[in-house]
Order: sequence, then structure tokens, then C-alpha cells
Amino acid sequence: MLYLKLAWRNIWRNKRRSLITMASVVMAVLLSSVMSSMQEGQYDQMIDNTVGSFTGHLQIQHPDYFDESTLDNSLEIDSSLIQKVEAHPEVQGVIPRIDSYALAAGDDRSKAAMVVGIDPEAEKALSTPDQKISNGKYFESADERAVLVAEGLADFLSVSVGDTLVLLGQGFRGMSAAGAYPITGIVKFGLPDMNNNVVYLPMQTAQDLYAAYGRVTAAVVMLENPEQVQQVVPELQKELGEEYAVLGWQTLVPELVQAIEADRGSGMILLLILYMIVGFGILGTVLMMTAERKFEFGVMVAIGTARLRMSIMLILEMFFITLMGTGAGMVFSLPVMYYFNFNPLEFTGETAMAIEEYGMEPFIRFSTDPGILFEQGLIVLVITLVISLYPLVHMYKLKPVEAMRH
Amino acid sequence: MSIIQVRDVTKVYNKEQVPVHALNGVSLDIEEGEFTAIVGPSGSGKTTLLNIIGGLDEPTEGTVEIHDTKIFSMSESKLIDFRLHHIGFVFQAYNLIPVLTAKENIAFILQMQGRPQKECTHRSMELLKMVGLEDKVDKRPSELSGGQQQRVAVARALASKPDFVLADEPTANLDSASTANLLDMMLRLNEEESITFIFSTHDQRVVERARRVVTLVDGKVDTDEERTEKNIEH
Repeated sequence: MLYLKLAWRNIWRNKRRSLITMASVVMAVLLSSVMSSMQEGQYDQMIDNTVGSFTGHLQIQHPDYFDESTLDNSLEIDSSLIQKVEAHPEVQGVIPRIDSYALAAGDDRSKAAMVVGIDPEAEKALSTPDQKISNGKYFESADERAVLVAEGLADFLSVSVGDTLVLLGQGFRGMSAAGAYPITGIVKFGLPDMNNNVVYLPMQTAQDLYAAYGRVTAAVVMLENPEQVQQVVPELQKELGEEYAVLGWQTLVPELVQAIEADRGSGMILLLILYMIVGFGILGTVLMMTAERKFEFGVMVAIGTARLRMSIMLILEMFFITLMGTGAGMVFSLPVMYYFNFNPLEFTGETAMAIEEYGMEPFIRFSTDPGILFEQGLIVLVITLVISLYPLVHMYKLKPVEAMRH
Repeated sequence: MSIIQVRDVTKVYNKEQVPVHALNGVSLDIEEGEFTAIVGPSGSGKTTLLNIIGGLDEPTEGTVEIHDTKIFSMSESKLIDFRLHHIGFVFQAYNLIPVLTAKENIAFILQMQGRPQKECTHRSMELLKMVGLEDKVDKRPSELSGGQQQRVAVARALASKPDFVLADEPTANLDSASTANLLDMMLRLNEEESITFIFSTHDQRVVERARRVVTLVDGKVDTDEERTEKNIEH
């Protein structure tokens, strides 16, 4: 109680000094939180653009399919499996898919294409192919004999709506896969890789083509809360057993994880610079405080105050200042993060066009994840407490006679 | 009975590579209940001697024993604890913890000793009454005059019932009236409570009322005079 009282009163004894220190902490938390919020918002968008619109939050596959993606490693999927997966409270929906490669040919040209068999209704919730139709119309049923061709591929093959696309490849267990399908629509993808390669077929039509009746290569699972992937994967794996492989998007799209980690690394360098600038600011006020109170510390040691007790008092003092600064910093950061979440930073001109070309939104929507605030608050708190070790070291070395001569 | 024994104490400071002898073979015994003034011109070693007796500064040579305990053989933390329990200090000025009230400044020492809150409050009030400041209990140092601050400092020095009180020029920053008041109070405490006071001063008004006057010149004891009731000015 005595230490608390002393520490609290010491803070307000030199209000200006304490307020300057607190302001430094507030700025540190504000700047680092807002910067992290911008970064994390960007990552959320990247994940949403890739995972949320095609890969899914997780997939259920044949255990060997991830290493050897052939139709021979496809799996039979029935309603009991889907029910079992959908029974998990975090699961929003299950979308079956069958995909393989085949040679796609128009009248004059041919090209290897990624042929994706989709459930026309279920897929609307994930990759939204119905909204990407630039010409023609979307599938009407799962057994319709029709094909949707990506715009880039259609251009390459010089085909359009009404033409016939020939698909030639290898089906399940070495069966030959060949078929000619009327093109009912052209789809436009933002990602050039998909725009130049993808062909959609209705699920049953694709299964017929590949002679993979009742089989899928993956059951794509969407979650209510995408951040729960790491928890849901082992739970579902346990539920389904070793007959199936449950893979999170981090495993399915490792390049996205690497891209985010690389960016996070460069962001961390910027944050470190920021922490250093603010840290030196705080150190300045701590040095001022230590010099100002040298005589007082000398008297306290002289009259018999143990250095440990004085350390506790000083730590509490710095802790209170930092805690108030951190708290205020978090309070100030929140509206900024929310403002830029509702009013994202927009890219304009060529940059915006380039981003849109990749199927991404040309703006940065800040994240409002409260975890950012707590993380940054905690980091700044720790930095300040580390800096406050200076007066402790100083105090442990302090010789009362010299201090009182000061 | 000697409570302090100073033996052949030498203190050499190395100022810019030039050794300065602040004390040069000082030996001194202080008896219980003494009211001793250490006097001498500036630079004679008064403050250094008090600092060494109080364990605040280590002698280059020689020993200091308090109740037969060689204080400089203790570890630093033990010495701090020893000061807390056995020695009261009054410095020239800015003695008190600025953020604590008069009562809290006194209670601080007792709390450091781990005494119960009730005892701390009771003893603080008792001491403030003893130094005539019972009406300034909740005043902070900045709200007290220099003389009142020194009285609180004396009360704080007495809080732990120390073996003796060391006062380094306690009246240096006080006017005549405050000096007289403080001296009256210290003498009263010395006479009525048998509290041992050792103080350095160059204030003639203080010297005149001391019962023993040790004069230092160039770091050595020049004279050591016991005063009788007759030659003490009241």
C-alpha cells in the first residue's frame, strides 16, 4: 500500500513530466496499432480474395491427394459425410468439387486446362461463378451438359458462347475422358492464372467425363469464423478418421502464408524503428526524472530504505504511467481503426487498375481485431518497463553521499 | 558507555588524480546520551566524519564500531538495514519525501521496519507532538517552513528509537528563531529522553549550546572539549 501511494503521488508530483511520458506511450501505441491494423487488414483481404473465394477455409481430401493430385486419389462423398462435417458448430457449408487437367480444344487451337466440376448451387456461395459471367449464362442444373470457359482461355481458343469445347484427358483409374460440350457462358476471373486456365463443368457432367461416378477430389469447407481454422482442422480430422485428410488453407496455399509472413517481416522492421524512436523519447523523460530525483533517492537510501523497496516503488511508478499511456493509446487507436475500416484507404489510377486486374479490391480496409490493440499495448508496455530498468540500475549503483552532494 | 568508537579513520578522495585527505587518523568515542557538536572550518572533514559514522561513506583506513559492531564489515544491504534500525539522520535541507505528509514521512521509517499500521500512526502522532507540530500532521513538506521541516526530520530520525541521531548542519538553512527552536527541542529530547545527538555545524549559536565540542582542523581532531553546565549558554 505504501509503495502504491508513493508511486501514485510521485506520478502527479511533476505533472508535465508524467504527461510527456504518457504522451510518448500513447503515440507509440497509437502508431503501432494503426500500422498493424492496416497490415492485418491487408492480409485479411489477401486471404479473403484467395481462400474465401476459391480454396475454402479447409478441404477434406483423400489422404494421398495433396501429394499426388490425380483422380485416382479422389474420394467418394456421401450425404452422411457431409452431415458429419456440417454438424461441427464452426462449419458454415460444404461444397464438393472434382478437378483435374484435360486438353481443351476449340476449332483451331487446344490448351491444357483445369477442369473443375462444381455443384452449381453450392458453388455460388464460394467462388461465385454466377457473378463472374461476362457473356452467356450460368448452369441451371448439376447434370446439365454445358461448360463455362474462362475469358482468357476462350480468347486463346477463339471460342465463345454457342461454340463447342472438346475436352480430352484421363479419367478415374486410367479411363479415357473425352467429351464435347456446348459453351453456355464465359467467366472472367481477376487472377490471370485462373482466367487463362479454368473450365467449369456441372458436377455430374464432370463425374461422367472422368468416369468418377459419385467421386470428388475435395469437399471444400467454409467456416463461420475463418480464424478458427487451426482449431477446426484437428477436430474434424479426429471426427472423420484417417480415411480422410483435413487440410487448412495454410497447408493448401503455402505461398500465401509465405507472402504474408514476408510482408509481416518487413512491417516488423518498420515497427521496430517506430518502437526505437518512441523508446528513446521515453528514455529521455526517464533520464530527466532520475536526474531530478537523485538527491531524494540519496536521502532515502541514507535513512535506510532498501534498494529493493525503492525498485518496487520506481517500477510501480513507471508501470502506472505506462499503463495509463497504453490504455489511452488503445482508446485513441480504436476509433482510427474503425474509421479506416468503414472508410478504407482507396487506391486510384493505374495502381487501382492493376490491383483490380488481380481480382482484388483496390483499397485497404483496416482490421478492427482487438488482438492488435492488446498485442501492441503489451509490446509498448514491455518496452517502457525495460527502459525503466535504467533508473533501477542507476539506483542500485547510487552512493547516497554522492547523490546528496548533487 | 561508548556507543560509537571511531579508530584511526582516514579518508582520502582522489580528485583529478590528486589525493585529498578529508580525514587523517581521526579517533573518537561517543558516549550514550551525549549532545556533541563536530565543528571546524569548511573542508575540515565534519561532514565526511558524520557520513562515515553513519555508514554512508567508507573510510580509506580505520574502523567504526557501533555497539561493538564493525559497520563496514557488513554487506551493503545489511548496512542499509542497520541504518534503518540504529541510526537517525537529519540533513541540511530537503530531508523529507516531498509527496508524503509530515505524519507519513515519520511513519515511512516505521513501515520500512514492518511495524503494524496502528503503531506507525500512533508513534508518528506522538513524535509530531513531541516536536510541537501536532497541528501540521497532514501538511506536505512544501507547506511547511524550513524550521518546521527540520523538526519533522528530527521526529522522523527518532521514529525507530535509534541508538543516536546524526545531524549534518541541521540549522544551516534556518533563521535565528527557527535555529533556537530546533536547538531547544533537540536539547530537550537529549535531556528528557536521553537521545544521543551528534551534529556538525559551523554555527556559533549551536556550538555554544553543545555539551561536547569536537573541533576538526585539516581532517584531524584539534580539540575535544567537554562542556560543563556552567559554560553552556541556554
